Amino acid sequence: MKTYDFSQQYINKIEQEVALSTNNVQVHYGKSHAIFDASLSFPRFQITSLIGASGSGKSTYLRCLNRMNDKIAQVDGEIIYRNTDINSKKINVYEVRRHIGMVFQRPNPFAKSIKENIQFALKNNGINDKNELQKRLETSLKDAALWDEVKDDLDKSALALSGGQQQRLCIARSIAMHPDILLLDEPASALDPISTSKIEETLKLLSKNYTIIIVTHNMQQASRISDYTAFFHMGHVIEYNKTKNIFTAPEIKATEDYISGDFG
Amino acid sequence: MNAKKSDKIATGIIYGLVGIVVAILISLLGYILYNGVPDVNWHFLTSEAQSFSAGGGVRDQLFNSLYLLVLALIISLPIALGAGIYLSEYAKDNWVNDVIRTSIEVLSSLPSVVVGLFGYLLLVIQLNLGFSIMAGAIALTFFNLPLLTRNIEESLSSVPDLQREAGTSLGLSGWKTITKIILPMALPGILTGLILCSGRIFGEAAALIYTAGQSAPSVDYANWNPFTETSFLNPMRPAETLAVHIWKVNTESVTPDASVISSASSAVLIIVILIFNLGARYLGNKLFKKMTAAK
Amino acid sequence: MDDIQTRLQKSSRATRQDYFGKVICYSCIGLIILLVACILYFIASKGLATFTQNGVKFWNFLTQSDWKPGDVDKYGNPQVGALPMIVTSFSVTILAALLATPFAIGAAIFMTEIANKKGAKFLQPVIELLVGIPSVVYGFIGLSLIVPFIRGIFGGTGFGILSGTLVLFVMVLPTITSLSVDSLKSVPMHYRQASLALGATRWQTIYKVILKAAAPGLLTAVIFGMARAFGEALAVQMVIGNAVLMPKNLISPASTLTSKLTTEIGNTVMGTLPNNALWSLALVLLFMSLLFNLIVRFIGRRGNIKNER
Ligand SMILES: Nc1ncnc2c1ncn2[C@@H]1O[C@H](COP(=O)(O)OP(=O)(O)O)[C@@H](O)[C@H]1O
Ligand SMILES: [Mg+2]
Repeated sequence: MKTYDFSQQYINKIEQEVALSTNNVQVHYGKSHAIFDASLSFPRFQITSLIGASGSGKSTYLRCLNRMNDKIAQVDGEIIYRNTDINSKKINVYEVRRHIGMVFQRPNPFAKSIKENIQFALKNNGINDKNELQKRLETSLKDAALWDEVKDDLDKSALALSGGQQQRLCIARSIAMHPDILLLDEPASALDPISTSKIEETLKLLSKNYTIIIVTHNMQQASRISDYTAFFHMGHVIEYNKTKNIFTAPEIKATEDYISGDFG
Repeated sequence: MNAKKSDKIATGIIYGLVGIVVAILISLLGYILYNGVPDVNWHFLTSEAQSFSAGGGVRDQLFNSLYLLVLALIISLPIALGAGIYLSEYAKDNWVNDVIRTSIEVLSSLPSVVVGLFGYLLLVIQLNLGFSIMAGAIALTFFNLPLLTRNIEESLSSVPDLQREAGTSLGLSGWKTITKIILPMALPGILTGLILCSGRIFGEAAALIYTAGQSAPSVDYANWNPFTETSFLNPMRPAETLAVHIWKVNTESVTPDASVISSASSAVLIIVILIFNLGARYLGNKLFKKMTAAK
Repeated sequence: MDDIQTRLQKSSRATRQDYFGKVICYSCIGLIILLVACILYFIASKGLATFTQNGVKFWNFLTQSDWKPGDVDKYGNPQVGALPMIVTSFSVTILAALLATPFAIGAAIFMTEIANKKGAKFLQPVIELLVGIPSVVYGFIGLSLIVPFIRGIFGGTGFGILSGTLVLFVMVLPTITSLSVDSLKSVPMHYRQASLALGATRWQTIYKVILKAAAPGLLTAVIFGMARAFGEALAVQMVIGNAVLMPKNLISPASTLTSKLTTEIGNTVMGTLPNNALWSLALVLLFMSLLFNLIVRFIGRRGNIKNER
């Protein structure tokens, strides 16, 4: 395995409006140090990909962004959302997660009906108006490109859907909450190519209204859909730049090796 | 001796052992059912017990067993749910929880007579409940709690973490996620365990002879007010259960048809427990299918 | 500050729900721990009163064989010798375990290693059902089948250690069998395949590989069976004869700790020596139950260490 100098870093300054940023985020799993000094800013209404080898810390970093690591790991540093450090103890984590939603690698619909999957969290957040619930159900399923396939089966168990449909349902479930930011952790890695391309299309459309941060180890996917890309290696952010720069003219040797497949 | 030969001999021995085990099991069940079932009839199930003459039934004992079961479950289920949720969702790996788990282990392995005596000391004497259904139900709770708690913990732990993450990532509180998402998914397992625990409670006697008592005063099945003396629902009256009844008619030997009553009562106990067992399997499977399959 | 910003810093319904849930769950677990502590405390304090308040010597309690807590002997010492009960309890437990173990392990081997699916499928639920049969039913069967049988063969009353042993044998058989099945099932499949691939016969595989790997689990199963036998009250009480005598043979009436407790506790007055002496018997039961627990833990730990290597 080649060794790279982690002090060589290239982080592009984002000039647009920033939706979320992290300053010197460190993550420890017990004694093992999983993320070193990650400082990135994510532009609003853009898709940002996090790429890197497996085990490089992409998921770990992503899960910090809406405090999903709370009981699992020690997270230090600042995570700034709406001028507030949401990594502070005093912050209401439930509120954070309402505005920063997450979709996971393996589809995880609830063992409830399709309709209930979308509306369950809404009702628990105090939305009880029938019309509003119906509207959210419909628009979120449409936005996730699932409406046409399930509109007659809304009372069917979500577990009866195919894997690709389940994953789009999970996306719909997240966006029904009207979050600001959507985090996705390899949402298509367990799916077939057709479902994958459907999800990619969906994300492209969603990026008009949402800030999207997606982990992928599929470099074609990153280059197809994302505006910005961050490359992780062994817990360090090596390079962060516009996607086309990363894939055509990487600044750092490690990035170049990784995208050319001459890595490790 | 060569390997082939010893293989044959060993297999033969195992077959022999299994044959004997099966013979014992079958004859045991067969004996109870064959001897007992002919005496189980409507009269037996619906008439009062007789102490000194033959022909008594087990109406009150049967009702007491069921009533105690229901009360014990009403008391133990909420506590076991809370404790089970604690163990599966909140308990971290540290020495405190090690102590907690060990305590539950200890409680579950205590002989039921010890639990019964403790119930006698605490409930009947110290808290002055007397020999009563209340004391019996609480004693059964002591005896039932560790098993039910562990069963609930296991059922909850078997729900994949992905489901917890789904709830959490939507901004739901941990409590909502557990009670509204994880718990329903764990329900088939919990229900199966609950029914099996019910079977155990239903047949328990040692924990009851000094808590619920050994007498079945006659009660009025038309009086629905649990706060009156004669009501069948009065939780402060002593109540002999079916299992205690079997023990009592056999040890006191004043009832002339003790063996008829015992075999019929044993058959009733076994049949009820059989129903519980089959019911647990059936319901568990059915619920599981219903939850995972399309409607 | 915008609306979301303020909400990020305030507690919400979800915060309160979580707090509420935590309070409930912690209280429930606290209640159980309190219960265990109470049981240990009450029984220990009652059981020790015999020695601290009534001045019975602990050593005499364990080694003497005259149990007449109401009377004093010629030196004026109360006669609280629990040895006959202790000996009887251990006898029935050990004999029942010795008798049941080969059958239980044989049946477990049959169910996991030899029988086809059908055979195992038939036996499994029957065994599970038998684990759930109430002990009074076992006692009743002992009374109506085993006791007359023993009487017919050996004469005497038929009540005694032998009858108790046979009843307990039938009772712990399903317990030990079903736990043994679990432990045999947990031996990884590749152990078997590797052994058979090396040309071992089925019995060699079972004997040298599977039983060895499952040994801690099987031992645990037997200990659980013994714990059940030691603590069983009514079934034993119905067939043992309930005479507090040092057992001379297996067919004379005797008394176990549990049977003495169940027959006597209702006939004594709280706070008197005869009553306290019974609580001392309960304390012995409690102690043994803790000991069985400890042994199971110890075996579990040893087993883990072995597997890690
Ligand atoms: N729950 C966990 N506990 C301990 N270590 C973990 C945990 N999750 C991930 N890790 C470790 O953190 C590092 C980064 O993992 P992860 O973020 O999952 O990488 P990626 O998503 O890039 O594949 C790995 O070395 C992994 O072993
Ligand atoms: Mg990952």
